[in-house]
Amino acid sequence: MDQAVFLFDILLPALMQGLVITLQLIACSAPFGLALGIAVAVGRQYGHPAISWLCKTFVFLIKGTPLLLLLFILYFGLPSVGITLTAFAASVLGFILCNGAYNAEYVRGALISIKDGQMIAAQALGMTRWQAIRSVILPQALRRAIPGLSNEFIYLIKYSSLAYMITVIELSGAGKLVATKYFTYTESCAVVGIVYLVLVSITTVAVNLLESRVAVPGTTRAATAAQL
Amino acid sequence: MDVLPVLIEWLPYLLSGIASTLGLVLAALGLGVLLGLPMALGQVYGARPVRWAIGIYVWFFRGLPILVLLFLFWFGIFPAIGLGDLSAFVVGAVVLGLRGAAYQSQIFRGAIQSVGEGQMIAARSLGMSRSTAIRTVILPQAMRIALPGWSNEYPNILTDSAVCYAIGVVELLTITSRMVTQTHITMPIYLATAGIFIILNYGGLKLLHRLEAKIAIPGFGTGAM
Repeated sequence: MDQAVFLFDILLPALMQGLVITLQLIACSAPFGLALGIAVAVGRQYGHPAISWLCKTFVFLIKGTPLLLLLFILYFGLPSVGITLTAFAASVLGFILCNGAYNAEYVRGALISIKDGQMIAAQALGMTRWQAIRSVILPQALRRAIPGLSNEFIYLIKYSSLAYMITVIELSGAGKLVATKYFTYTESCAVVGIVYLVLVSITTVAVNLLESRVAVPGTTRAATAAQL
Repeated sequence: MDVLPVLIEWLPYLLSGIASTLGLVLAALGLGVLLGLPMALGQVYGARPVRWAIGIYVWFFRGLPILVLLFLFWFGIFPAIGLGDLSAFVVGAVVLGLRGAAYQSQIFRGAIQSVGEGQMIAARSLGMSRSTAIRTVILPQAMRIALPGWSNEYPNILTDSAVCYAIGVVELLTITSRMVTQTHITMPIYLATAGIFIILNYGGLKLLHRLEAKIAIPGFGTGAM
């Protein structure tokens, strides 16, 4: 078969469909993963000892388990206890848990890096603990956490490919199916790889822009670098 | 059916799966150091084309999902260059290793660059050649600085090794799915495997931290990272 025909009429349309699913997976997981990460980090750092322990255990367990196994548990395991999720929902849930656990570590690192005096000063001004966390600590900490969080976001893009292992036909799954049908493994995987490289490279540029955009003048990247 | 007798019955297979998983991880870590360290040196001290080539390599292997890399090498590249007879285990280990080298080279590079420039200048002024200075002055310090970051590669590679399931490497996760298919016990077996992974993960990290403490030079510390 003609290479160009294969590329433009078969491979690329299939990959387009897969790419849409990949982007849906990411779009459904990333915001909740970020929220979960922030919640777990704040819970661990400022919560009641029981909550703090719970958050710590959550991170410990999720970071210790391979994501693929987590997806298997959610998709193949949960039905045995009466919870049946679609493959897409199981993937998204798995990505949220995994992304959240790793994000929590970065946010926690950033929370720790904010000096105690900030909390004391905020409370001395009459803020409650919660107000101080929300309007004094977190705005500073989250800016410092951006490099780590964006790293995790890039990991999320790449690990979204694991959804294929529980039957979600996303980008790499679409590539694999075409490869198997037409026996074009090298070409198909290479094109899939290029799409991922483009996604990751665009994201890298975008998060760098975001970081400089939200930077507070005077609190430069040097502070962030020192903390890493 | 109770899960414990099943686990005991399958114990030999589970153990072989654990051995296979650890084999993947050790091979990948070893290959990662073997390739990653020269790459880091090349990126810091090499000529421009060398730095450029290593940069591309790192960008490629860090930008692709492990699943796509495994498919690419297992179905595509290795058969195309006449290495189609390699076992899935070898391919899995090599791909994890090539990818590990990309990540580890950046850890080593950061460590080498964090050794003060004065060290090299001082070593050169004492009459050492560039390579002697790198070998006897820069690297002994850099490797110690790199170790905490490098230790963190272990859990990453361990959890990624499970993806080798996709190309049919008979590692822990593959054994687990076989157990699930044959016994129809799902949740308890998955959770048991998760437990094994968690133990391997933190057990290994503990060993690595012990190594860090052992080779630390008193008074010369970056502290625990």
